[in-house]
Amino acid sequence: MRKGKIVINEDRCKGCFICISQCKVKEIEKSNKVNKYGQVVVEFKNLGKCNACTLCAISCPDAAIEVYEIIEEKV
Amino acid sequence: MKEKIIYKKPDSLTDINFSYCPGCGHSTVHKIIAEIVDELNLREKIIGVAPVGCAVFAYNFWNFDVSEAAHGRTPAVATAIKRVLPDRLVFSYQGDGDLASIGMAEIIHTANRGENITVIFINNTNYGMTGGQLAPTTLLSQKTTTSPYGRDAKNYGYPVKMLELLSPLEGVKYLERVKVTDAASVIKAKNAIKKGFTYQMQNIGFSMIEVLSSCPANWRKEPVEANKLIDEEIVKVFPLGKIKDIK
Ligand SMILES: Cc1ncc(C[n+]2csc(CCOP(=O)(O)OP(=O)(O)O)c2C)c(N)n1
Ligand code: SF4
Repeated sequence: MRKGKIVINEDRCKGCFICISQCKVKEIEKSNKVNKYGQVVVEFKNLGKCNACTLCAISCPDAAIEVYEIIEEKV
Repeated sequence: MKEKIIYKKPDSLTDINFSYCPGCGHSTVHKIIAEIVDELNLREKIIGVAPVGCAVFAYNFWNFDVSEAAHGRTPAVATAIKRVLPDRLVFSYQGDGDLASIGMAEIIHTANRGENITVIFINNTNYGMTGGQLAPTTLLSQKTTTSPYGRDAKNYGYPVKMLELLSPLEGVKYLERVKVTDAASVIKAKNAIKKGFTYQMQNIGFSMIEVLSSCPANWRKEPVEANKLIDEEIVKVFPLGKIKDIK
């Protein structure tokens, strides 16, 4: 299975939590951090289940999520 | 291990944060317009016309040329820009108060003239910026600050379906209603807007894409709940899909 990770831009995240509702593998949760605008932000759990499907990023209104595919290099 | 970026903020958005409330549909639509501009390499070719309403600062967020118009008059300004600069891609971006209330005359005449522009119509069933007053698109029995007991048809008339209203006009070539409540619907909305832009580039004529958009702040709902309201209730009044496509 494809492996992935996301990076959340905490300055853009407004804590709408739409990404949490879209992630099929429950890799995103509400954090206890607040950004400089006073918004509670989300965080990536990094459970190894992210498959870089981009559903969270596509649905994020504020373009606050970057998605990466992790490619294992064969030796 | 290598990391390959597969999704990032489009270059056609500036680094200025959107001024919209958390979860607001305006943000999602701004983002997908910027993605299309990146994908079709339109940054030096496109000109947006921003409305009065919550999207009044759109020119701060899009990293391409954007003009501003008086309330409801973006189709008139877009008409002028397109006629003077016919090689540019011109779009009018409007809320439902802007388009269906104060700007009703401009939109109907622009559509009837068949101006070769694309209109992005954000229907959030109320006047967002000024505090959630009733709009022509407000649903029956929906409570707003100016219909505190709910909209009743006897006093306020019925929700205006703009696409169905414009559909018989001969100048109108493409009309589609979409929503942006989840990833799948965001992709569909993006395709519809892309089609509107493509038709304009092919000189086909007037097109309008209506986006059912949440206003969590004035609906007094959490963003995810607000989107659910669109999925479950608002689509019954404003059916999704193509209303007209001459191709
Ligand atoms: C000529 C004029 N009349 C009234 C107003 C006040 N006004 C500002 S925004 C707005 C309503 C905007 O609602 P809508 O178009 O639905 O956009 P939204 O804020 O919901 O995105 C009104 C009536 C104005 N700015 N100019
Ligand atoms: S008031 Fe409504 S339309 Fe305006 S930014 Fe907030 S959620 Fe969006």
